[in-house]
Formats: sequence, C-alpha cells, structure tokens
Amino acid sequence: MNWSWLPEFAPQLLQGLGVTLLVFSVSVCAGFIVAVPLALAQIRGTWLIAKLAGGFCSTLRGTPLLMQLFLFYYGIGSLIASAPAVREGLPWLVRLDAIWYVLAAFSLNFAAHEAEVLRAALLGVPRGEIEAAESYGLSPLQVVRHVWLPSAILRVYPVLANDVIAQLKTTPVIFTVPVVDVMAVVNRVMQDRLLVYEPLIFIGVIYLILSFLILQFFAMVGRRGPQRWLA
Amino acid sequence: MLSWLSSVLQGYQWLLLDGLWQTLLISVLAYLIGSAIGFCLALANGTGVRSISIAIKTYTYLFRALPELILIMLLYYASDDLFGWVFKLFGFGQVQLNGTTAAIIVLAFVSAAFACEIFSAAIKAVPIGMVEDAISLGMGPMLRLRRIIFPIMLPLALPGLANLWLMVVRGSSLVSVVGVMELALAAEQGAGATKAYFAFYLAGMALYLVVALFTLQLFYKAEQHLRRGQLAI
Repeated sequence: MNWSWLPEFAPQLLQGLGVTLLVFSVSVCAGFIVAVPLALAQIRGTWLIAKLAGGFCSTLRGTPLLMQLFLFYYGIGSLIASAPAVREGLPWLVRLDAIWYVLAAFSLNFAAHEAEVLRAALLGVPRGEIEAAESYGLSPLQVVRHVWLPSAILRVYPVLANDVIAQLKTTPVIFTVPVVDVMAVVNRVMQDRLLVYEPLIFIGVIYLILSFLILQFFAMVGRRGPQRWLA
Repeated sequence: MLSWLSSVLQGYQWLLLDGLWQTLLISVLAYLIGSAIGFCLALANGTGVRSISIAIKTYTYLFRALPELILIMLLYYASDDLFGWVFKLFGFGQVQLNGTTAAIIVLAFVSAAFACEIFSAAIKAVPIGMVEDAISLGMGPMLRLRRIIFPIMLPLALPGLANLWLMVVRGSSLVSVVGVMELALAAEQGAGATKAYFAFYLAGMALYLVVALFTLQLFYKAEQHLRRGQLAI
C-alpha cells in the first residue's frame, strides 16, 4: 500500500470534496422544490399537463444519469455555442461554467425520482384530511402547504432518506465532465502515480463516511419528529 | 423517417445499435447472474448460521452503500488482477479478461447485493404456517422451496426485481468509464466523430428509454401472470 500521495493531494481532495458536496446539497434541495409541482401536476393537472409531467419523470427515471449529464453539458452546451444569435444576444450564457450544467442535470434527475415518490405519497393521504382543510376555508395553495404535503412527507420519510443516499452515490459521475470533484482528483492520482487500489479505497471510505453522516442526520430529525419543521 | 435519421446520425446509427446490443447483453447476463447469486445468498441468510449472515450482511451493506461507479472501477481493475492470478495458478499463462466479460462480472456482483435484500424480504413474507404445513406433509427442503416458497415469494419480489433491472440497465452505462463498448460509449464516440452532440446523446437516451419502457411492460405482464388466481388486494 502506497499512501505517499495523500499529503500532496490533500488540498485538491478537499476542494474536490467541496464541489461534490455542493452538487449533492444543491441538487437535493432544488430537486425537491421542483418535485413538488411535478407531483401535483400529475395528480391535479389537466390531462395534457399530467401526461407531460409524467413523461418528463419517466424519461429521466428510465435513462442513465451519465447520458443526461452528457446531453446537458455537451449537447445543450454545443447547441448554445452553435447558434450565433443566442451567443451574441446572451453573452453570459456562453460563459456558463460546466458546474451549472452539472447542477441542472443532477437537480432535474433528483426531481424526477422524488416526484414519483411524492406522487404516491400525496395519493396516499386520506381524502378526509384534505377535505377537512378545505372546509376550514384554506386556499388550494394553503391546503398543499400546511396539510397535504406535510402529511405526505411524513408518510414517506424513510424512503426520502434512502433517495438522498442514492443521490449521494450518483455524484462520482460528475468527473466525466470537466468539473473537478473529489472523484476527478482521485482519477488524477490514479493516472499520475499509476496506483489503482489505494485512491479508490480512499474515496470509497469517504463516501461511506458521508452516507453514514447523512443517515445519522435523518435519524436525528426522525427522532425529534419531522412534524416540527413541516407544519 | 429512416433517411432523415441516417442523415442526422451520418451513418453512425449502426454504431449506436451495436452499442444497444452490447448494453442489452451486459445488462441481461449481469442481471440473471446477479439475481441467481442474490437468491442463493438470501437462502443462505435464512439458514440462521451466525457467521454466514454476518458475512452476507457486510457484503450487502458495502455494495449498497458504495457508489456504483467506484465499485465498477475497483472491481474492473481487481478482476483483471484476480483472474490473471487464477489463470496463472492453473498454468494457462497470462490471460487478459475481455472488457465485456469483466463488466458483466462486476455488475453481477453489484446487483447480487440488491437482489439478496429483495429476496430476503420476499422470503420473510411467506406465511410460516404454509412452510410448517409443507414440513408436516413430509416435503423435503428442495421440494418445499420449489412448490411452496418460490411461487409465493416471486410475485412479492417482482416489483423490487423490476426496479433492480432498471438499475442494472442504467448502471451498465457506467462501464463506459473504464472503456467497455456499450450504448453510452457508442453515443459518445458518434457525437465526437460527427460533432452532432445533441442528436447523438438524445438518440442514446431514447434507446435507453425504449428498453426501459418495453421491459417494464414485460415485468408487469409477468406479475399479472404470477398473481393469477390470487385475490385482488
């Protein structure tokens, strides 16, 4: 076992870890926010809107994240670069860093997965609960915000924890586009030092620690009662 | 339609279809081998021998907690070393494992951990009274497995197995990172050669989606077939 590379690459590894955690936390938060209207659209939307939202979710759930990332970064990126009107009209778009495409791809992917979970959860809430809220004169938005959504989230809380861990496990894919996450640094070590097992074991341990911490967080919130943050 | 497609993909559509074939080959074999290993592990877990169940728990925990991409890279390089060593031991000289074979082995080991959990849960859901009835009728363990446990457990395990299948198909795209030729790498190469990035990645995604939707229908039909004669819940 050769660990002599570790001190030298430590600053880069820390920086990469920061990028990984950034993509992870932003995509979980943004994805969840997008997932709520996506789920509601499938339940309460008109036929066309429901079909569109459902099709969007199954497309993102049925295809690999790797392909979605490539479609966003190389596909849409090259489309923007190839259209002169867009390039000149919106100069800031061209200089859009790779990280933005990564954030968009990961957020939408998580949103599609969560929308499916939320849809089932929202349908599982007893009708009486919603009717009671409506009869109190709450507006449709208030019903969703204060009754329907909290009740649904409570029902699928354990599934939610699993999905967040699953999202963490997808993050090493970031290194396939030019964004330097912790996996990209590990890959660089593998190529520079001609090592295979040590860097991969190192990053494996890092991911084990991260998923353990996230599980602890969810367990802690679960013990104190997630209701407190929801209602 | 077809001529329009070939004008967009500039003759690289065969590369994509070949990639699709490789993806299907890798996914199907990895899924079948992984499910078989997972089922055996679930049965071994059910025997209640402490050391076996600790070993299996460690295996399933590690393989479910670690990112697939890291497992795939680790196992891919490890399988090369390991199989080279095994073949050398038996005097075959240096044998290089072909990339597709390595990918199948790697994905099979990853999916076995998930399959083990699915089968364990489904076997636990078989009413214990039925198993006791079978024992009291003098059925041997193999007959019991075939006639009682398997038919009751399978429809319960199917939704999880369908999810696992989709996971394997999506996970198979990750072996492109170590250079195994399949659909994701085919799309990448086509895109790089023609500069039609958007068209190629969209076409690749469409193929993955068609596979997913079609096979989900098959799983749905299979579940309906297995549940025939059962009361609707």
